[in-house]
Amino acid sequence: MKAVVTVVGKDRVGIIGETCIALAGYNVNILDISQTVMQEYFTMMMVVDVTNCNVPLAELSKGMDAKGQEMGLSIRVQREDIFEAMHRV
Amino acid sequence: MLNQKDILQTQDMIDKRHLDIRTITMGISLLDCADNDVEVCARKIYDKITRKAENLVKTGQDIEWEFGIPIVNKRISVTPISLVGASCRDDSYVPLALAMDRAAKEVGVNFIGGFSALVQKGCTESDWKLIHSIPEAMRCTERVCASVNVGSTKAGINMDAVAEMGRIIKKTAALTADNDGLGCAKLVVFANAVEDNPFMAGAFHGVGEPECVLNVGVSGPGVVYHALQSVKGQPFDVVAETIKKTAFRITRMGQIVGVEASKRLNVPFGIVDLSLAPTPAVGDSVARILEEMGLSTCGTHGTTAALALLNDAVKKGGVMASNHVGGLSGAFIPVSEDEGMIAAAEAGVLALDKLEAMTCVCSVGLDMIAVPGDTTAATISAIIADEAAIGMVNSKTTAVRIIPAPNKVVGDRVEMGGLLGSAPVMSVHGESAEDFISRGGRIPAPLQSLKN
Repeated sequence: MKAVVTVVGKDRVGIIGETCIALAGYNVNILDISQTVMQEYFTMMMVVDVTNCNVPLAELSKGMDAKGQEMGLSIRVQREDIFEAMHRV
Repeated sequence: MLNQKDILQTQDMIDKRHLDIRTITMGISLLDCADNDVEVCARKIYDKITRKAENLVKTGQDIEWEFGIPIVNKRISVTPISLVGASCRDDSYVPLALAMDRAAKEVGVNFIGGFSALVQKGCTESDWKLIHSIPEAMRCTERVCASVNVGSTKAGINMDAVAEMGRIIKKTAALTADNDGLGCAKLVVFANAVEDNPFMAGAFHGVGEPECVLNVGVSGPGVVYHALQSVKGQPFDVVAETIKKTAFRITRMGQIVGVEASKRLNVPFGIVDLSLAPTPAVGDSVARILEEMGLSTCGTHGTTAALALLNDAVKKGGVMASNHVGGLSGAFIPVSEDEGMIAAAEAGVLALDKLEAMTCVCSVGLDMIAVPGDTTAATISAIIADEAAIGMVNSKTTAVRIIPAPNKVVGDRVEMGGLLGSAPVMSVHGESAEDFISRGGRIPAPLQSLKN
């Protein structure tokens, strides 16, 4: 199963690194990354494979949310199919 | 292929436009809980609800985290208690309401609907018992919702029940006077009630429904309002298309969440209710959508036409997004639960008569309306009769959820708290309908009923 990870916050050193390490800790594989910085604001989207994630998806989502708060950012993990459903006929 | 714009748009809808799943409601049949002894029946009801809905709230919360979408309410509807309790020898069904309340608290749902009777053509002894138990049940329970269906297109209107419901509403208000008559906010009088409605206070699990089922109610007035801001001044064709596209997205979200929840709970998926359900939060109002179409204040001339367009476009957009559509499906206009409606009523623009006209073209009826405490039972019954007539003739669901707030007068405000919001007390016509209501009997089914 795939999920979308969105990271939004003020740009600083190490955001991508810390996020990737946290995801690796859950055994989540990153498939694709895109990122932009607009007026100091950092926005990153990742498509990740959560098939072999070592916790249930809800726990991953809560864990990354907490990690984001710790880093002073918003990190959310959402199942990919919600976006497919809402934006494709 | 996903694109960033779609992802950000979805997150924006959730974060800033109040997009959410309003409710996932588990319908549970209690037909096998009947017993001669009301206490035994109550125990069976408690056991069955707590067994079936044990994982409802936890599953809902997990899905919220996985999809990143709030599911505001997790609720339960049950078989109308007048059917479940019919073989009890006791005179009161209050013990059954208490059992429902305890079960709701045990499984963690905020409302449980189904303290109900369907009396459109006449009342059984059990129906009368249930109706007479409503005031006390509303007083001594916190989460139980009651409803009575008094009319239908097929059966006409049961005017004996209409007359009695006026008195029951007054009594319920009196017994919950300490909370401004809050008990009445949990009591709905219907015509053409539907069996799979996931929304409170009118939800019950109809007899045509399976053993257990999961229904979903979506919401999203804020998203529609925001979408319309981008088509200012354009013709209604564009307005309707914009609403349809938005409703499609909202409903798809409800569909995917409903299917997922039903799979995990191992309960069949019932329907998505294509609804625009407002909340008292700023930016989550149906009234503000109507105003965005070009009305200075909701309730002025043009409001009915605007609501008709909105209601229809919501259905057209939503119907393709779900494999089963049901419930009430349309725009809700509960006064106390809608920030724009409250403002319009307080400004004196939105009056009861205009609301009645609006109920001809929206999904339900006169909803969450506070009226002066000295409004007579006959006047309340007459208001119910008017609404039931609109439902009966137009083959649609109509309802009345009205709060004759004790000791309050026009201009006062009734505070219900939470999602129920606060209602300005609106004026009613003072002229008597006493003789009309005291006739009793049945208003015959209209010609529209003869479709065979």
